[in-house]
Amino acid sequence: MNKIEPTFRPGGTLSKLESVYDGMETFLFTPNTTSRSGVHIHDGNDLKRTMITVVAALVPALLFGMYNIGYQHYLAIGQSQEGWFQMFLYGLLALLPVIVVSYAVGLGIEFISAQIHHKEIQEGFLVTGILIPLIVPINTPLWMTAVATAFAVIFAKEVFGGTGMNIFNVALITRAFLFFAYPSRMSGDEAFVKMDSAFGLGQGTVVDGFTGATPLGQVATNVGDSLHLTNVLGEPMSAMDAVIGLIPGSPGETSMIAILLGAALLLLTGVASWRIMCSVFVGGLAMGALVHALPSATYPASMLDPVTQLCLGGFAFGAVFMATDPVTGARTKVGQYIYGLLIGVFAILIRVYNSGYPEGMMLAILLMNAFAPLIDHCVVSSNIKRRARRAAVKE
Amino acid sequence: MAIVRLKKGFDIQLLGAIGSNGIVAASSPQSVAIVPDDFHGIIPRMEKKEGEHVAAGEPLYHDKNYEAIKVVSPVSGTVKEVRRGERRHIDAIIISPDGANEAFPLDTRRPAMEVLLQSGLWVMMRQRPYDVVPVPGEKPRDVFVTAFDSAPLAPDLNLVLGDKRQYIKKGVEVLNGLTSGKVYIGVREGQDIDAPGAEVTTFTGPHPAGNVGVQIANVKPVNKGETVWTMDIITLARIGELFATGRVSHDTVVAITGEMVQHPCYLSTVMGADLQTVLKNETTNLAQSRIISGNVLTGVKVDATQWLRAPYRHITVIPENNKPDEFMGWASMRPSRFSIYHTFTTWLGGLKKPVSMDSRMKGGERAIVRTGEYDAMLPMDIYGEFLIKAIISGDIDKMEQLGVYEIAPEDFALAEFADTSKLELQHIVREGLDKLRAEMS
Repeated sequence: MNKIEPTFRPGGTLSKLESVYDGMETFLFTPNTTSRSGVHIHDGNDLKRTMITVVAALVPALLFGMYNIGYQHYLAIGQSQEGWFQMFLYGLLALLPVIVVSYAVGLGIEFISAQIHHKEIQEGFLVTGILIPLIVPINTPLWMTAVATAFAVIFAKEVFGGTGMNIFNVALITRAFLFFAYPSRMSGDEAFVKMDSAFGLGQGTVVDGFTGATPLGQVATNVGDSLHLTNVLGEPMSAMDAVIGLIPGSPGETSMIAILLGAALLLLTGVASWRIMCSVFVGGLAMGALVHALPSATYPASMLDPVTQLCLGGFAFGAVFMATDPVTGARTKVGQYIYGLLIGVFAILIRVYNSGYPEGMMLAILLMNAFAPLIDHCVVSSNIKRRARRAAVKE
Repeated sequence: MAIVRLKKGFDIQLLGAIGSNGIVAASSPQSVAIVPDDFHGIIPRMEKKEGEHVAAGEPLYHDKNYEAIKVVSPVSGTVKEVRRGERRHIDAIIISPDGANEAFPLDTRRPAMEVLLQSGLWVMMRQRPYDVVPVPGEKPRDVFVTAFDSAPLAPDLNLVLGDKRQYIKKGVEVLNGLTSGKVYIGVREGQDIDAPGAEVTTFTGPHPAGNVGVQIANVKPVNKGETVWTMDIITLARIGELFATGRVSHDTVVAITGEMVQHPCYLSTVMGADLQTVLKNETTNLAQSRIISGNVLTGVKVDATQWLRAPYRHITVIPENNKPDEFMGWASMRPSRFSIYHTFTTWLGGLKKPVSMDSRMKGGERAIVRTGEYDAMLPMDIYGEFLIKAIISGDIDKMEQLGVYEIAPEDFALAEFADTSKLELQHIVREGLDKLRAEMS
């Protein structure tokens, strides 16, 4: 690395790629820079480590997501006797292109932006790049994912100043963009279960009676006084399926177990705020209980019991990986409780009383992203007032 | 006696602590220097020229704005060099000691403030707001004295104090005459201080409990428009000694610590002594080491040809870079890669064991991402992160509202160590305070 360094410095033949070189060098080797002023020793933790910890926490959801893509697919084509490895392989082949597109587009834009501003490439997209494939329905055409990723990275992040400066969660903006720009591809029967083959694997025709709608999608279109949730074959679905995650949905969001494994890692390492994570669940549970106490056939989601509410859709995934994004969330301790609580409340509120958007979590988090600075402002104001009062007593 | 129990903060345990409490006498220094940068807030105007003779305690220069504030020579001898840097900035005033120990006469019967200004002890004090040498003529609301140093590898101030402890009483008496309020002394649990006339508070908890700013914040915070003076117990004893005996003491005890030091010890010498004399027993490794005058958090980087810097009581020597080109350090699972955060595995083995730390940044500078990092290291009723942001954006109203008058750069030193985003917090705070001071005057 040191040998080729001069070619990338100003004046070198490849100076246009200086940021890329810096990015690669700091990726491979811990920077040798020593402190110039201020403290002489630094903690070993840096943003790279922090981000990679989040990626590690996403791995269980990612692996299970791949398996579930295959499971749902083989179920849909009536070959559910296939081995788990076959199903995993199918899911891997189906999801890999999305991951590649997400990273290629996002990192490409980050590299260009870093070079324009002559800054080091920052690691924020490491997490965003893996979040996007996990929250975008598997049947979304790759070009849509690419356009949405580009839109989100440019307009939700780079225009605000890059990593650490964005107001809205970049991955959620990607999903919201898809959701509002191509609504027909984002819900219904054909969004969440991949039916064609992936690189020649898993060919077959869809069985009769197939329905690929997610449980929440089914709830939204439910008619009558009782709920009938089914799997892709039209057989009844149990709550246990949702806990394990063998239900249709975005790749990362289906399995409670995989998500909670990730949550455990995030909390153990202290990367995510337990205040936010817990209060989202508490808020969701409370609101879920409230709507369940007033069930109504007009709003079929109110017939779900509160715990099932939390297990379905993107609620858990959002609570663990999206709401806890420190950049877009509330930053004061008190603020984090309020922020989390309101996300939980709004997610269920939107889910139940606005059946046009069964996925309330995305909108709830984006809404609270916008309000997080206001919540912090109120909390900090109380400190300011306390200080002012103290000064006034003196006089 | 009031007790304040602090929870926030962290004690960084480093290799190279001093084993025994014996004090070794250093040989007399070859040269002694005063570095004007040590006395923040003073713009030097020289009184002595190169080649002139000075007595111990005789003024070398005074402040441009307040001629009464004098900075004095710690030894008698000849002014060898006034070393200047860019734009004629005075880097150091170097004195060749003549060994005669001739003292500059001081009349201690004059008003106490005049005596302090003339004696050179004035510049050892600081004031809040702005963390600068106090402005003469302003009567402080209170005086705060810290009696212990909680920084990593810091000297035991009881040992540095030595037999000067007998003058604490007199020092408190003098300062009580200069303030409209009280003299507060902050002590460590179990540390007994005989100081009638002073309000003594015990502080328990990790660093920065010994920072005088933290003690003020937990006893009687500074409000807008108020001024308090701050100092350590050594300066208080020196003031007492001056008024009790008529002499200023320029002797000091220095803790020589750090991983690269072969013989960690306490050394008695004079203020501003040259490091070649002070580190005479340390023969190897200095070339690949970082010599810090002070502790690893707030000290100044010096090289072996330079001098001891204020407050003249601590030297730390750590490795400069002991793992060049560490491969993929961010993915490291080594328990020896020290981090207070649980993203690394260090904490599984406990964080109380002394560790080796070099001066690498271990990461690039980033925007503030993780939450609550600064607050966890700052036991004050202040939203550190919001205050830092206000300072960076130069928003003076916000700075005032969030408590900028209560802080000094050293209060953010531990947060700077712990910062995942590797921002230079002390530098940011210092620039903010300077800007505010220029704006308010």
